[in-house]
Amino acid sequence: MAVTASNIGKGSPYARSAQVKANPFLLANRSIRRLLALALFFGIWQLLCATGFDLFINFQLVPAPTEVAKATLEFFTADPWVHIKSSLMRVLLGYAIASSLGIVLGVLIGWFEAFEDLLLPPLELLRPIPAVAWIPLAILMFPNAESGMVYITSIGAFFPVLISTVRGVESTLSDTVLIRVGQCLGARPWHIFKHIVVPGSMPSIASGLTIGMGNAWFCLVTAEILAGRYGVGYITWESYVTSNYPPIVMGMLLIGLMGAASSWIVSRATGALMPWRVIRKQGSA
Amino acid sequence: MTEQLSLATSPQVETAAVLEFRDVGLQYRMSGRPMPVIEHISLSVGEAEFVSIVGPSGCGKTSLLRMISGLNPVGKGQVCFRGEPITKPLSSVGIAFQNPVLLPWRTTLQNVLLPLEVVPTHRRQLKNQRSRYETMAQDLLATVGLEDFQHHYPRQLSGGMKQRASLCRALIHQPELLLLDEPFAALDAFTREEMWELLQRLWARSQCTSVLVTHNLREAIFLSDTVYVMGPRPSQMVYTLKVDLPRPRTLDMCFTEDFHQMYTELRQHIQRK
Repeated sequence: MAVTASNIGKGSPYARSAQVKANPFLLANRSIRRLLALALFFGIWQLLCATGFDLFINFQLVPAPTEVAKATLEFFTADPWVHIKSSLMRVLLGYAIASSLGIVLGVLIGWFEAFEDLLLPPLELLRPIPAVAWIPLAILMFPNAESGMVYITSIGAFFPVLISTVRGVESTLSDTVLIRVGQCLGARPWHIFKHIVVPGSMPSIASGLTIGMGNAWFCLVTAEILAGRYGVGYITWESYVTSNYPPIVMGMLLIGLMGAASSWIVSRATGALMPWRVIRKQGSA
Repeated sequence: MTEQLSLATSPQVETAAVLEFRDVGLQYRMSGRPMPVIEHISLSVGEAEFVSIVGPSGCGKTSLLRMISGLNPVGKGQVCFRGEPITKPLSSVGIAFQNPVLLPWRTTLQNVLLPLEVVPTHRRQLKNQRSRYETMAQDLLATVGLEDFQHHYPRQLSGGMKQRASLCRALIHQPELLLLDEPFAALDAFTREEMWELLQRLWARSQCTSVLVTHNLREAIFLSDTVYVMGPRPSQMVYTLKVDLPRPRTLDMCFTEDFHQMYTELRQHIQRK
């Protein structure tokens, strides 16, 4: 036993020996690489607008980053929180409903054959329908615009969570070696479920939750077509209707930013629930 | 080494059988046709006896073990545990598999505690006496040299460590019967021999009736009171060897004349078609 307890405890013992010394090139620093990627993105965009690039794709009418920045400044000096707060509430409420429903139904469908037969066919039928197609029905079905909007964001989050949960449960059940550990102890189905199936399907459920979070934001503009006054998606849609282009791009970026941030929070939070997993990528130190 | 001689020296074989095979047979369906795997196997295992089953590949050794575990139904005949036919998995049985299947999301200690969280009699007590049970598991881990690794996840353990943890898990709920399905097959030769001594210690401590399925004849002789040899398919028991080496056995004994003679004897019976 050459490996001692102390160095195994701190991550993988192999990483330590393979660790590279400080690289003289700035590009080796991951934060610098990431910042550079963003700078390049905005730089190229600015350049394309400034030169009036028009080769099949036309940038002449596209607002430049500087114009978008100006619109953003205006938006934030006015009263931005009302919009951000109402969008955030819609997305979070829709996401909360969708993910709890998706996990519960997904587990039932994955674990019981009867639930699979009874629930999956209609759900599979509804799954390919895009959120925008739900707008007329959302208006007809729900008592007010607010609940209709929550419904449309939840549509986006629900299916990834559902399908990932079903797949996660099924793939754990297909791992006969793990299931046998419980069976040979005479474990009841409930214990096999609790101790083996639930933790075993967590990685899959977690990825469903992360994708679902992104999808909820994805559906926000669609949902806020129903909105009367407030919301980041509403501003985006409204600016399009009034042909005011810089705020559209600002709204797009703002949604992208909030979506990315909340997906990151979800993936961090679910990662913290699975301390047994260590992810080591190609080229990572 | 002959049957008469060893029967005289190991009296436990004559006490009431813990485990009994009564004319057991098994057949699988292979592309629609029935294929007999095991035929007419009768044997009995006494209290605290250590029994090994050896035989050529595919002779149905593991099937035999699965029948005891209750995971596979018995084809013909009966497999009885303390006189009762086995029809479902028993909680008084501990199993260690060929690959040590530890749950990846549990630490070593949590893996060892799993049977206590699942087996009904212990489950009720675990809630009130968690610390007592944890101490019990920690003691067991200490006897196999894993005391410093109880809070590590399986991916942080070597193959030998995993198998030691898996033996602890098989023994933590103080089973009356320990089933070992080629538990050391994936280990290197030196680790494997260490595990023999370790298993002997654990067995002596727990006084648990044990059935080991293995391909390794030295392992079978080293650990067992009785070695059963199965023939090629459809298998029957073709030979029984009583091992009367004194206990505790040491690895040095593997190089004695007696040991070698038993090894040759087993080897010959395995080759016979």
